[in-house]
Amino acid sequence: MTLSLFALQLLNGVEYGLLLFLVASGLTLIFGVLGVLNFAHGSFYMLGAYLAYFIAGRTGSLLVAVLVGVPLMAVLGLLVERLAIARLYARDHLSQVLLTYGLVLLFNELQRALFGNDVHGVAAPQALAFRIPLGEQAWPAYRVFTALFCLAVAAAMRQVILRTRFGMRVRAGASNPEMVEALGIDVRRLFSSVFAAGAALAALAGMLAAPLTTVYPGMGESVLVLSFVVVVIGGIGSIKGAFLGALLVGLSDTFGKVLLPGFASAMVYAVMAAVLVFRPRGLLGQQA
Amino acid sequence: MSAHSLSRRTLLGAAAASLIARPGFSAAKAKLRIGLLLPYSGTYAALGNNITDAMKLAAREHKGVLGGREVEWIAVDDESDPAKAPANVNKLIAGEKVDILTGPVHSGVAMAMMQIVRQEKVLTIVTNAGAQAVTGTLCAPHVFRTSFSNWQTSYPCADVMLKAGHKKALLMFWNYSFGQESMAAFKEGYLKGGGSIVKEIAVPFPSTEFQANLSEIAALKPDAVFVFFAGAGAAKFVKDYEGAGLREKVPLYGSGFLTEGVLAAQGAAAEGVKTVLHYADGLDNAANKKFRDAFQKATGRSADVYAVAGYDTVNLLAHALDKVKGDTSAQKELISALESARIESPRGPFRFSKAHNPVQNVYLREVKGGKEVVLGVAMKDAEDPAAGCAMGK
Repeated sequence: MTLSLFALQLLNGVEYGLLLFLVASGLTLIFGVLGVLNFAHGSFYMLGAYLAYFIAGRTGSLLVAVLVGVPLMAVLGLLVERLAIARLYARDHLSQVLLTYGLVLLFNELQRALFGNDVHGVAAPQALAFRIPLGEQAWPAYRVFTALFCLAVAAAMRQVILRTRFGMRVRAGASNPEMVEALGIDVRRLFSSVFAAGAALAALAGMLAAPLTTVYPGMGESVLVLSFVVVVIGGIGSIKGAFLGALLVGLSDTFGKVLLPGFASAMVYAVMAAVLVFRPRGLLGQQA
Repeated sequence: MSAHSLSRRTLLGAAAASLIARPGFSAAKAKLRIGLLLPYSGTYAALGNNITDAMKLAAREHKGVLGGREVEWIAVDDESDPAKAPANVNKLIAGEKVDILTGPVHSGVAMAMMQIVRQEKVLTIVTNAGAQAVTGTLCAPHVFRTSFSNWQTSYPCADVMLKAGHKKALLMFWNYSFGQESMAAFKEGYLKGGGSIVKEIAVPFPSTEFQANLSEIAALKPDAVFVFFAGAGAAKFVKDYEGAGLREKVPLYGSGFLTEGVLAAQGAAAEGVKTVLHYADGLDNAANKKFRDAFQKATGRSADVYAVAGYDTVNLLAHALDKVKGDTSAQKELISALESARIESPRGPFRFSKAHNPVQNVYLREVKGGKEVVLGVAMKDAEDPAAGCAMGK
């Protein structure tokens, strides 16, 4: 492999990882704060992508789709949390898995009823429909844009969590919800907003990914599996860990494909296993 | 009054029951139970639905009656999951006691299905899966295929590419049996014709993350690329190929599933992509026109190659079941009726080979202006070599 090709594959891996981070961050956030294993997270991603297809198809603008769709999905997340998830905080993870898996089936049926089972393409915004030449190769501008956008979202999340009152409550809620409640903070509202934010993040990722991946039934499940890998590698509940985990998954998948094609599908899981051998709770998980 | 009508109804009921009890009569009267083992969820759901709807359309054109028996459909979602296939096949054969088993889309499911139907001897029509073994090493007298073999959707393309002057090709495919067999058949033809393979890239199924491999292709600069992807993966691959700036530089060829059913999703990225398949939407024949209009009217969707296989399946069954007056227990006669069937399919002339695979034309198509345009016949009366099948030899 030449140096320029290596650099390009590095970019490919980072870009893929950043998009994974966007999905996985919501998943790890919800687990960290609410203690809920949310299988329906992939469904939010899938619904986001379908909304992008639906709204952008009618308005011709992905931006409009994001501006309308993300708040819509936050509201949906809020409803799901209030009507379903909230009843299970006291229960064990198995009940949560059962419920959220039920939600996956429900959302898949909803997708089937509303949008049908066809594969749909979503056009990248016109302003980004060009290619950036890189030596002999070319990179679609939209891919570069999504990578930068995901980075910006990651930076914004960091700011919100470290520097704002809301972020402080989130951190407090994650480490000791009883104490937070005793201090007079409405934990229920905190949980609702975190879940809604997680749903919105997943939907946003789905919308951004729609022009890259196309929109198809079952797209949520494949992302969900990878997101769990990211979350486990990073340490459950740690957003910084999810960021590192996502990059690691993106890079190992990319280089796995190029260097060890026969082993490519197992590469990501091998990396996960290797990480867990040395850090059983993930890179940045609270070590027991 | 009420007592009177009640007794009459009882009488009628008893009469009907006595009729059903007579074996000779029951065969003609009992509903014809056709099992559908197809994906109704997941990546291949759209394919399963199109096959089903086209089968139902064909049945309606026969007034819902085949060989004098009213058709009853028993559908099972196979989820394209080979692991669940044995249970699903048993559910249809042992549980539902279907007279005829049809499906599936996924070759892995088909292989699991073959293991069982070879024991159970129920008349089976494979409506999509192109695995070579179905009409090759696992071929059986009571198993027919109305779709294609993987060989048929790739081998003819080797010749096409060589004639276009592409001597160095790169192969890329989903690494499961369909992709592997397509590539093997293509390679056979391509090497025989004097071409050379630059590289073979196997992508794990159903991964759709192609970027790393596209960067490789751009660096290797082959004369042309031949691929196998289908469904959502095909939609994404063609878009990514264009996104990486390869469409203008390295001509893209594929088995027809690369563009089939996903052309709208691919948009302008598919322009100029050339594929080979035994069908094209724009095929100019009366049967195709009639079928496409009827399918559009019935479903509101456009017909595709998957729908054609479903449609032909029921038409072939109608022909064969008429010959045996709907008696599916006369399997030998039913089989020879299918073997001798000649139909004008929307895809063109259709007959079964000795191994029970279709003998059919394979067309070369190119995407122009968002439409699949037929450039010509890539291979006339293409017949799968049926390696490993002893039937009729």
